[in-house]
Amino acid sequence: MNLPDSIMIFLILTNLSLLASSRLNACIKTVAIQGIIVGFLPLIATKCPLTIYSYLLAILIITVKGILFPYLLRYTLRSVDVRREIEPFIGYGASIIIGVIALIMSFWLCRHITFPEPILSYTAPAAAFFTIFCGLFLIVSRVKALTQVIGYVVFENGIYMFGSAMLIEQSFLVELGIILDVFVVVFIMGIMMFHISRAFDHIDTNKLGESEKKG
Amino acid sequence: MNDFGTFLFRAHAGFLAALILAPLIPGVINRTKAVFAGRQGPPLLQLYYDLFKLLRKGTVYSRTTSWVFRAAPVVTLSACIGVLMLIPCTGASPALISFQGDIILFAYFFGIARFFTVSAALDTGSSFEGMGASREVLYAALAEPAFLLSLSALACLNSKISLSGIFIASTEHPFANIAVIALVAVTLVIVLLTENCRVPADDPNTHLELTMIHEVMVLDYSGPDFAYILYASALKLWAFASIVVAVALPLRTGSFITDSLIFIFGILAGAVVVGIIESTMARFRLDKIPKLLIAAAALSATALLLTLTRG
Repeated sequence: MNLPDSIMIFLILTNLSLLASSRLNACIKTVAIQGIIVGFLPLIATKCPLTIYSYLLAILIITVKGILFPYLLRYTLRSVDVRREIEPFIGYGASIIIGVIALIMSFWLCRHITFPEPILSYTAPAAAFFTIFCGLFLIVSRVKALTQVIGYVVFENGIYMFGSAMLIEQSFLVELGIILDVFVVVFIMGIMMFHISRAFDHIDTNKLGESEKKG
Repeated sequence: MNDFGTFLFRAHAGFLAALILAPLIPGVINRTKAVFAGRQGPPLLQLYYDLFKLLRKGTVYSRTTSWVFRAAPVVTLSACIGVLMLIPCTGASPALISFQGDIILFAYFFGIARFFTVSAALDTGSSFEGMGASREVLYAALAEPAFLLSLSALACLNSKISLSGIFIASTEHPFANIAVIALVAVTLVIVLLTENCRVPADDPNTHLELTMIHEVMVLDYSGPDFAYILYASALKLWAFASIVVAVALPLRTGSFITDSLIFIFGILAGAVVVGIIESTMARFRLDKIPKLLIAAAALSATALLLTLTRG
C-alpha cells in the first residue's frame, strides 16, 4: 500500500463524511482538508521534474481551496445564520448508502474505461469519479444554498483530482482559469445567499418560489 | 503424533486461558474509567467475585415466564463458548474447531444468543424489557452488515475464509494493506462497542429503564442465570477484542508462550482503550446510533471494495 493509494482512500473517506454530516461548519472544514490534499496531488503524482509552475499552481490551489474558500463560506455561514442542514431531501443514513453505491459504481466505471496514460494508483480514477458523484449528489439532495455551494466545490475537487491522477500535463493557464471560475462562483454565491436570507429569512432553495414575506 | 499432541495442548490451553481470563476485561474497563474519574474503583477481579456470589444464590422466576426465559441464559452462554472454540483464543494457539466459512457461524452464534436473549425479554411480559428488546434488535440488524462486511474484507484481503486462516495470514503479512486494515479495525471497534453494549451505543452503568438497552433485557434474571449472562457477555467481549487485536497487532515472535502473552496483553490494552472511550465520550442519542452503524458499514464496504479491486 503506497502513499497515493492511502491519500485516495482518505479522500474517499472525506466524501463519505461530507455525506453523513449535517453540521455546515464541519462540512466546510472537511472541504478545506480535501482541497488542501487535492492541491498537493500534482506534486506527488508527477513523473517529470517539477517546474516552478507546478509549485506555483499547488500553492495557489492550496491557498484558494484550503484558506480562501473556507473563509468565504464561513463568513457566509455567519451572515446568513444557519448552523446545520435540518431536513435534506435525502436523509443522512440514506445518503451514506447512496454514497457506497456511488463508490461501487465508480469502481465499476473505471474497470470499463481504458486509460491511455499510466495512472497514479488504481484507486485514483475511481476516487475522482466518486468525488464528482458526491459533489453532484450534495447539490441535488440538500436544501440549503450553502451546502449546494459546498457540493459544487467538491465537484470541482473531483475534476481536479481526475486531471492530476491521469498525469495530464498541467496547463497553468487552464487551471488558473478554472480556479478563477470556482472562486467567482463561491464569492457570488456568498453575496447571493446573503440577499436570499435577507429577503426570505432562510436559504432553503426549495421554498424560494413559495412566498415573498418581506417583498 | 507428537505434533498433533502439541496442537491439541495449545488449542486447549488457549481456549482455557480465554475462559479463565475473560471476566478480567470488564474489570480492566471499570478500573480505567475509575482512574479517569479520579476514583479508586472496584477491584480488577470484581466480576469473578460477583460470579461466585451469584452462583451460590438461588433463582427466582416470574410466574408469567415460560421455558424460553429459563433456556435463554444457558443458550447464550453455550453460544459464546461455541464462538471461542472457533477463534484462536490467544492468537498463537490454534482454534479448537476450524473449517472453511466458519466466519458465518461465528456471526450467527451471536445471532442465536441475541435471539434467545430478546425472546426471553419478551417472555417476561414487561413493557420495559420489550422496549429494550426492540432497541437491541434494531442495533443488531445494523451492526450485523457492518460486521459481516468487515469480516469479508479480511477474508478477501487474506484469501482465507476461515477465522484461523485469517488470524494466521494477518500475522504472516502484517499490514499488507494498511488502509484496508485501518478501515476494518475502525469498523470492528464500532461493532465491538455496539454489540457489547458499551458507550457510545449503550451505557452499561445506566440504571434508568427508559435509557437502557441490554441491561434492561436481563432485569428479571437472578442467581446462577444472571451469572451465566454476565459471564457470556465477558466471553463475547473477549471474542470481539481478539479479532480486533489479531488485525491491529500482528506481532509474532515464534514462541508460543511469548505470542500468547503479547496477545493477551493486546486484549487487555483493548479493554483500556474501551475504558478511555467510555470516559471521554458521552453516550449518543438513540437516533444517532443507527447513523453511526451505517457509517461503520460504509467504511467496511469501502474496505471490501478496495480489496476486491486491488491490482
